[in-house]
Amino acid sequence: MRASIRIGSGLGFYGDNWEPVAASIERGDVQYIASDHLAELTLAILQKDRQRDPTLGYARDVIPMLMRLWPLMQARGVKFVCNAGGLNPMGCAQAVRTALAGKGWHPRIAVVSGDDVLHLLQDAQARFDHMMNGRDVADVRERLVFGNAYLGAQPIVEALAQGAEIVITGRVADAALFLGPLVHGLGWKLSDAQTPEDFNHLAQGLSVGHLLECSGQGSGGNFGDQGHWQNIPDLAHIGYPIAEVLADGTAIITKAPDTGGLVNFDTVRQQLLYEVHNPHAYYSPDVVLDMGQIQLHDEGHNRVRLTGALGSPPTDQLKVVAGFKDGFKADITWGFSWPDAWDKVQAAERIVREQLRERKIPFDELFVEYPGLNSAHGALALLPPAAELNERHEIWVRMVLRTPSKAAADGFGRLFPWMALSGPAYTCGFQGLNNTSELLGIWPTLMAREQVHAHVQMLEVHA
Amino acid sequence: MSTTLRIPLVQLAHARSGDKADWVDFGLFAWNEAGYRILEREVTAAKVQAHFAPWLPGQVDVWLLPNILAIKLVLHGALQGGGARNLRLDNLGKAMGAALLRMEIELSAEEFEQAQKSPRRGWWPDA
Repeated sequence: MRASIRIGSGLGFYGDNWEPVAASIERGDVQYIASDHLAELTLAILQKDRQRDPTLGYARDVIPMLMRLWPLMQARGVKFVCNAGGLNPMGCAQAVRTALAGKGWHPRIAVVSGDDVLHLLQDAQARFDHMMNGRDVADVRERLVFGNAYLGAQPIVEALAQGAEIVITGRVADAALFLGPLVHGLGWKLSDAQTPEDFNHLAQGLSVGHLLECSGQGSGGNFGDQGHWQNIPDLAHIGYPIAEVLADGTAIITKAPDTGGLVNFDTVRQQLLYEVHNPHAYYSPDVVLDMGQIQLHDEGHNRVRLTGALGSPPTDQLKVVAGFKDGFKADITWGFSWPDAWDKVQAAERIVREQLRERKIPFDELFVEYPGLNSAHGALALLPPAAELNERHEIWVRMVLRTPSKAAADGFGRLFPWMALSGPAYTCGFQGLNNTSELLGIWPTLMAREQVHAHVQMLEVHA
Repeated sequence: MSTTLRIPLVQLAHARSGDKADWVDFGLFAWNEAGYRILEREVTAAKVQAHFAPWLPGQVDVWLLPNILAIKLVLHGALQGGGARNLRLDNLGKAMGAALLRMEIELSAEEFEQAQKSPRRGWWPDA
């Protein structure tokens, strides 16, 4: 047990940059890196991989990431916790073991599973209402393709207690990737937490995890404002956030020396509230967090002290996010140059609608937006009058077909190419001839905790 | 008699948006206490709902967090059912924080001046 722990942020999503993590390991004096590869949407992407190849279904970037970072971590005794396992944590762990063994590296790897609860959702008797709109899961049951409960920190603590150097999980609460090492390293109570002090420790740990789970968003990246973001130094070499956490729960948010980005009151609180709903009841499997008394004391020079997180016992339910097949889309993007570019995109849209009607192509919706004009803010981005738009250098249009029919989606792009010779003039940059993708609906629901059984398994080391 | 101004929130605040299923959430942050007092009065659920209504006419929830000079907002029904089925280029609402910062509020010229000349609470290397 230690008096304090330094833990660093790994990736913030599947596809993130891991070079800043190397800086945290080499210069940030961390004992742990925790890496979040799974946004809400990511399981939908991994499901498509698994459909093609059952040995996949995990976040494959963890392999090159560890090929780069593991030697740095191994040399310093840094441990690594990640949820890159996605829908196939065992497959992920085996792939990591094989890749690292090729270099003569043989870390002790633990696998955390048990989050896959699809079979429970598919049970025709079960009632798992949509958390937000109250609909009965029976409406989509036949179309479900994955369903995963958010596990808490307990199995991660167990894996670390068994001596794991790398912990690979499926779906766990993002912040639990950080809370696990803190509980393990600082000796906090978790499943046996009882007193307000115990729960406040966990609330501090959850807040730290929340601040670090989105990599650079906790240290000056994606800082949304006008006129100040330009003063955030050197985003090309951003340092991901690091937390130094004391046994009493006090946390300092900082980053490795000689890195870009900025850790201050403003950048930290933008992340504190990110993807939070009621800030007085932020639910997790381990603790319910109230942010109402949190103090963020800006000590200057990339150090912010976090205190005052209040914790209370978790509920007896876990959040589950399931995905269901929800039709197809196909999208095209196309530009027209001055003159009369606006009228030409309108003409092109009319022609496409006529073709859809005459060929009786089944679809639910033809969504149209104009990149460069309104694709970020929809109707809140007021368009200039047509006469002015017709004088613009160019106008781009993006049309997206939503349809239950894969054949209709596959054929959508074919409605356009002939117009290059037989439609309005001065076109450029048509894209989207073969652009079908399957849409997945997201089904968030709750499940009784006793229905979910987390499992920790140490992989054999093949030395 | 004091002049009443109409200004967009971007002149007083910063913001980040995120997604959960079909909801988009926003953190809205004043740079200092003087700015926070204005946001607290002006950024109500009804006004934010009216601001988004021409585009996304969903329910809005609001929580005040004076401890960090912030307001938390949630806009329901904002993503065509969720990011994995949303047809927009911005399928996750990443740019919607800026759409909130377009919202206009009313304040007196004195209040605006006070909020602009009060120091920021955060440490910035340029300051």
